[in-house]
Amino acid sequence: MTQPNRLNSGGRIDRDQPMQFEFNGRRYSGFQGDTLASAMLANGVDLVGRSFKYGRRRGIVAAGAEEPNAILQLGATEATQVPNVRATQQELFDGLVAQPTSGWPSLNTDALGMVGKVFGSLLPPGFYYKTFMFPRFGWKLYEKYIRKAAGFGRSPRAEDVDQYDHLNQHADVLIVGAGAAGLAAALSAARSGARVILADEQSEMGGSLLHSRDLMGGKPATQWVADTLAELAGRDNVLLLPRSTVNGYHDHNFLTIHERRTDHIADRAPEGMSRQRLHRVRARWVVLATGAHERPLVFANNDLPGCMLASAVSTYLNRYAVAPGNKLVLMTANDYAYRTAFDWQDAGRDVVAIVDSRADVSGHYQEEAKRRGIAVLLGHGVIEARGSKKVTGAVVASLNADGSAVAGASRTLSCDLIASSGGWSPVVHLSAHTGSRPVWNDDVLGFVPGETLQQMKTAGAVKGSYDLVACLRDGAEQGAEAAKLAGFDATPATTPEVDSWPEAKAMALYSIPHTQPNSRAPKQFVDLQNDVTAAAIELATREGFESIEHVKRYTAMGFGTDQGKLGNINGMAIAAKSLGQSIPDTGTTIFRPNYTPVTFGAVVGRHCGELFEPERYTAMHDWHVQHGAEFENVGQWKRPWYYPKAGETMQQALDRECLATRESIGILDASTLGKIDIQGKDAREFIGRIYTNAWAKLAVGKCRYGLMCHEDGMVFDDGVTSCLGENHFLMTTTTGGAAGVLEWLELYHQTEWPELEVFMNTVTDHWATMTIAGPNARKLLAELCDDIDLDKDSFKFMDWRQGTVAGVPARVFRISFTGELSYEINVQANYGLHVWEKLFEHGEKYNLTPYGTESMHILRAEKGFIIAGQDTDGSVHPYDLNHGWAVKEDKPFSFIGKRGMKREDCVREGRKQLVGLKTKDPKVVLPEGAQAVDDPKQPLPMAMLGHVTSSYYSANLGRSIAMGLIKDGLNRNGDTIYYPLSNGQVVEAEICSTIFLDPKGDRQNV
Amino acid sequence: MFYIHCPYCDEHREEEEFHAKGQAHIARPLDPDACTDEEWGNFLYFRANPRGIHHELWVHAAGCRKFFNITRDTQTYAILETYRLGEQPSVTSQS
Amino acid sequence: MQKYSGFGLLKHALSHHENWQRVWRNPKPKKHYDVIIVGGGGHGLATAYYLAKVHKVTNVAVIEKGYLGGGNTARNTTIVRSNYLWDEAAFLYEHAMKLWEGLAQDLNYNLMFSQRGVLNLGHTLQDMRDIERRVNANRLNGIDSVALDTAGVQKIVPIMDCTSRARYPILGASWQPRAGVARHDAVAWGFARAADALGVDLIQQCEVDDILMQNGNAVGVNTKQYGEIHADRIGCVVAGNSGVVAKMAGFELPVESHPLQALVSEPIRPILDTVVMSNQVHGYISQSDKGDLVIGAGIDGYNGYGQRGSYPTIEHTLQAIVEMFPIFSRVRMNRQWGGIVDTTPDACPIISDTPIGNLFFNCGWGTGGFKATPGSGHVFAETLAKGEANALAKPFSMFRFHNGALVDEHGAAGVAH
Repeated sequence: MTQPNRLNSGGRIDRDQPMQFEFNGRRYSGFQGDTLASAMLANGVDLVGRSFKYGRRRGIVAAGAEEPNAILQLGATEATQVPNVRATQQELFDGLVAQPTSGWPSLNTDALGMVGKVFGSLLPPGFYYKTFMFPRFGWKLYEKYIRKAAGFGRSPRAEDVDQYDHLNQHADVLIVGAGAAGLAAALSAARSGARVILADEQSEMGGSLLHSRDLMGGKPATQWVADTLAELAGRDNVLLLPRSTVNGYHDHNFLTIHERRTDHIADRAPEGMSRQRLHRVRARWVVLATGAHERPLVFANNDLPGCMLASAVSTYLNRYAVAPGNKLVLMTANDYAYRTAFDWQDAGRDVVAIVDSRADVSGHYQEEAKRRGIAVLLGHGVIEARGSKKVTGAVVASLNADGSAVAGASRTLSCDLIASSGGWSPVVHLSAHTGSRPVWNDDVLGFVPGETLQQMKTAGAVKGSYDLVACLRDGAEQGAEAAKLAGFDATPATTPEVDSWPEAKAMALYSIPHTQPNSRAPKQFVDLQNDVTAAAIELATREGFESIEHVKRYTAMGFGTDQGKLGNINGMAIAAKSLGQSIPDTGTTIFRPNYTPVTFGAVVGRHCGELFEPERYTAMHDWHVQHGAEFENVGQWKRPWYYPKAGETMQQALDRECLATRESIGILDASTLGKIDIQGKDAREFIGRIYTNAWAKLAVGKCRYGLMCHEDGMVFDDGVTSCLGENHFLMTTTTGGAAGVLEWLELYHQTEWPELEVFMNTVTDHWATMTIAGPNARKLLAELCDDIDLDKDSFKFMDWRQGTVAGVPARVFRISFTGELSYEINVQANYGLHVWEKLFEHGEKYNLTPYGTESMHILRAEKGFIIAGQDTDGSVHPYDLNHGWAVKEDKPFSFIGKRGMKREDCVREGRKQLVGLKTKDPKVVLPEGAQAVDDPKQPLPMAMLGHVTSSYYSANLGRSIAMGLIKDGLNRNGDTIYYPLSNGQVVEAEICSTIFLDPKGDRQNV
Repeated sequence: MFYIHCPYCDEHREEEEFHAKGQAHIARPLDPDACTDEEWGNFLYFRANPRGIHHELWVHAAGCRKFFNITRDTQTYAILETYRLGEQPSVTSQS
Repeated sequence: MQKYSGFGLLKHALSHHENWQRVWRNPKPKKHYDVIIVGGGGHGLATAYYLAKVHKVTNVAVIEKGYLGGGNTARNTTIVRSNYLWDEAAFLYEHAMKLWEGLAQDLNYNLMFSQRGVLNLGHTLQDMRDIERRVNANRLNGIDSVALDTAGVQKIVPIMDCTSRARYPILGASWQPRAGVARHDAVAWGFARAADALGVDLIQQCEVDDILMQNGNAVGVNTKQYGEIHADRIGCVVAGNSGVVAKMAGFELPVESHPLQALVSEPIRPILDTVVMSNQVHGYISQSDKGDLVIGAGIDGYNGYGQRGSYPTIEHTLQAIVEMFPIFSRVRMNRQWGGIVDTTPDACPIISDTPIGNLFFNCGWGTGGFKATPGSGHVFAETLAKGEANALAKPFSMFRFHNGALVDEHGAAGVAH
């Protein structure tokens, strides 16, 4: 296979390593060291995409991150698809498969292209705001078709087969960009002993030196690059990160680096290797040596394949040994770009002309052109590219002095490549991420970094300094300075001399006028990816969109995947001109992360799937799994929900569990309940301020239920707290609320009452907790515990005892969330499974039945016990819950929540209050969340009374039971209310007490 | 991501170890029961919310669990100082 | 006002689009207005429009320190829904929804209001109870809202991982078919253009730095660029900057300004035709007509006016998105940004008179302002026109934070036993 545009020699490609790849269904070959773009150009692939709005043919324009057109779909398999890969940034590998992301039915014959030709004039910026409004519901249909044109590449349809990871890094000096300035900075910093990270987005470090033909200290620039990298690589205080884009600069010198570790090898990462890695770096000092992007000049039909950036042409020639054409017309407003013409000629190709917009310029570059016999047209511009499929000619004309109008007759030069250079735009993106607005510099003709807000230095072209010697020196100095500021003894590295010629002043020129006004000239593209033209920008300003932000949003300029790297400055210049003001008056340009797009997976790292959030297991988890438990996620915990036996429905399992508990004995793994150990001489006082009820007299060995409110008086947690010693308490919290309650306690202790001597810590994970409940609970416990007197009169309800259970030291709490005779056995977590299994060994004869959270909910609801977070929602206070008994108003200290629940709205009539609910038909179970009304026949919107908070079928009661909030519910006992359900059914229910079973509490007091 | 000096640990640690807890130096009224609804509401909900220098309460949640204060610029996000509870800021919007 | 239509486009195409009129004037401020609206975002512009259109108060200025619609209007994830739990909030947002439904025609500006439906996912049993509760309340309030089980969710979003192997499997969702998205910039521009046509002065690049007071009443504003401008009534609609403006008038608000971050992927082919939100795993996502996946995060915990937040928030959000949509792992994130949201303790707005006479505030919309834009403007316009709260606005007085009548839309507390 031939590569028609490949030069016979030169470049940094390895001709001994040919590689095959596929684009748009055709096979091509390239070499190791190619990018996909250079390989495509080598093979003469002109057409890489169709434009977004007009369907115009597009080719490769640039050689790096600023490329707007070559946006491809990569991937040989479904699971390895990657959308929107810039061909200029994708290294070639053997077997690479790429597809165009535009063109229908095909790239070559695109229907939209034909539509665009005919109807393009109907699509000025913002046209969609002005039409598609009728009929009123028409947008749905219009949108369906407009949407078909959306997007470039496509998401994979299969799950990612690769992994991604993160690495946290600390650096004394992080240097961004390994061009001339960055390498010099790295040398200075590295030699000081500072920990240095040098990151560069490209596969090879060296930046523009890789395609430079300058001699540095008498040697090729690439030799200096190699020597420098060798020294840096040899130091263990230096981390070199090629293929690594510093994509975001965040607060306090935190930067993220997106490293592509395997994308240059294959679609899929090799076994055991992460595809990409995100380095999360905290840097003492940062040196931005991010360089500059060349700006194209805007002219008519400047989107034809064959229009390229001047520096890109040099890059393809010198670095990749690719000449994308034969006959070059170079248009420039500066001297630097003359080099491209010289490179082109030295590659044995024909330079038709250098078209220089400056009328009056003479110096080394013009002399050199003359010496080489290259025609230079001064005071001229390429006003239009000619060609249907690709460039076949350039229409040139003389311009007036400031380049604002065509001054003379035009003529057409035959060519197949138009390279242009309007100057350079410093890459200020990262500096802008810090919140610093770039400022316009008239000497640079570009935005340079504004006020420095972080511990950051800039070096080289990012400042608008483009001379190689100056860049090297600046880099060396800034690198040393950064290292010094980071606390190291650093001196600037010496940098080589470079033969350079002085450059004449560049001209401030952004777009080339046409003989026609922009509105009538062939399209002059500013943002190629979004099809934004000079005429569009003028129209936007004419319509009153005068802020540059308005212009950008109205025209979509800069919103592409290239984020306007090529077009934004030109667009601003056109807007400024149209508004008759300067560029800085028109606004600045603010960049947000990312510098270039970052794979979602790389940001996610390993935090997906089972590692999305840690799963917390109790000590008895494996037992639950072995016994067929279904699990419920509660916070991060996995809790047994119910234990279905073979063939059982959920309801059958619940009925069995609940009946067994009340008839004999059930067991619950309650380990997940939050447990906070509280100690200190003021612990009792402290608890009394936190809970709403009284704690002053709770004796050692006793337990008490408490409600916890926020300062607004609304309940947010509840639980039982036990007095372990005069100055020692154990507080339990809800499973999900544990961490929040501990922080709440610490908040009040540390900020409000530091004078109280109290200490607290979580002990949730220290203990395994198993609750045995039911008439046979005492009998079972007695079999395993011989050092606690279990007699009902000595170990009473709401007592706790220290003892030994199944040979293990245990705290046993006689508390009950089921209303049954119940013991909560707490043992050190390591012994949990042992004790649990012993209980089953001995409990078999009592039909000891494990029950999960669902049965726990049913059993507690039969007794009217609330669940904070289910029966409360942050808008109910203790009196709303009919829990006034748990509020001790006359405590000396005004406990948290007391004042809040006395506010006007909290004491008014008609608040929603928690009541019991019995459906008229005992078989009907109200859905939780159903809303009550007095009159189900009223029109919408209905006046609602409140919702069902808890609702179950109770096998023990042989009927459904529920609790819910009802307006003024505590005064409406016996009233009938209605629940209109979504299925049209209306459920009739009676308001009753929340206590459905054993109102006197006989069962738990036995 | 902020880099926060915990005045108790005396170390800079990543923001992920901390929780922001709102405006600092808001004392609970000593006699809540004597407060009017308005006074209580002001204590509960009404905040300075300045653009610029702000004194705020943070907790080293995944560290020493201590609450402490930060003086921070809410516009630039620069942390100007961190100090322990009970101490007063040395940087204020007046200074 | 120049009428927009397909025919108009055709006509202008023939003259090379050289004759389009300005969408709004660029007037110098007058000395005195009946009403000054501080803040030219979507809500402020909507307020001005309805003041002029419904209440015939046309001597109105909107004063904007930057450019129109340049605050949160330009920075949000464009979700419009009205499935709020409490009556007060539901009525307000549903009022907005009804206005949305004819707004493009009313303004003669295509806002691309796309009613493609919103799913609010449930991942825990308590989530599902809360969903049932909200859906039932919505239904009885006349708002379209249904509860779906896992299969129902999967049917609407086939590409989402609805299997039980997820860390927090999707157990169901609430689904509001009339909800959707709109083109955010167009909303500001449409209201601005229509308000301007009715005589409202839109003053851009003009920063208010003081509220002028007389005998405890506000009588105007001072601006950096034009000095004093007087008015009979002043309405402040400045979102994240509300605290700053309130301070000029000498009072505090129950508002804290926090960063709220969002991000977009690169544009990809349409693959997600509805809006998916999840509180439990903390992320929400839709796909724009340009093809970007538009993704929103939770708010950052600290106060901030910097229009940026902390990176871990972005990480958590993308973790949530990839957890729900594992196939998006190789899609790439293009840009991230932040807005400043004015959050209140009950996650509901403040539409209210203030301790200062003739000074009114419309703020505190937190993360939910965009969806309310027309409704917010409509009720605030009446409040300003009449000098007292409109019926729908009444429950949202700032003084509810004194008497305790909060409208807590944080959703159920999410505590589990």
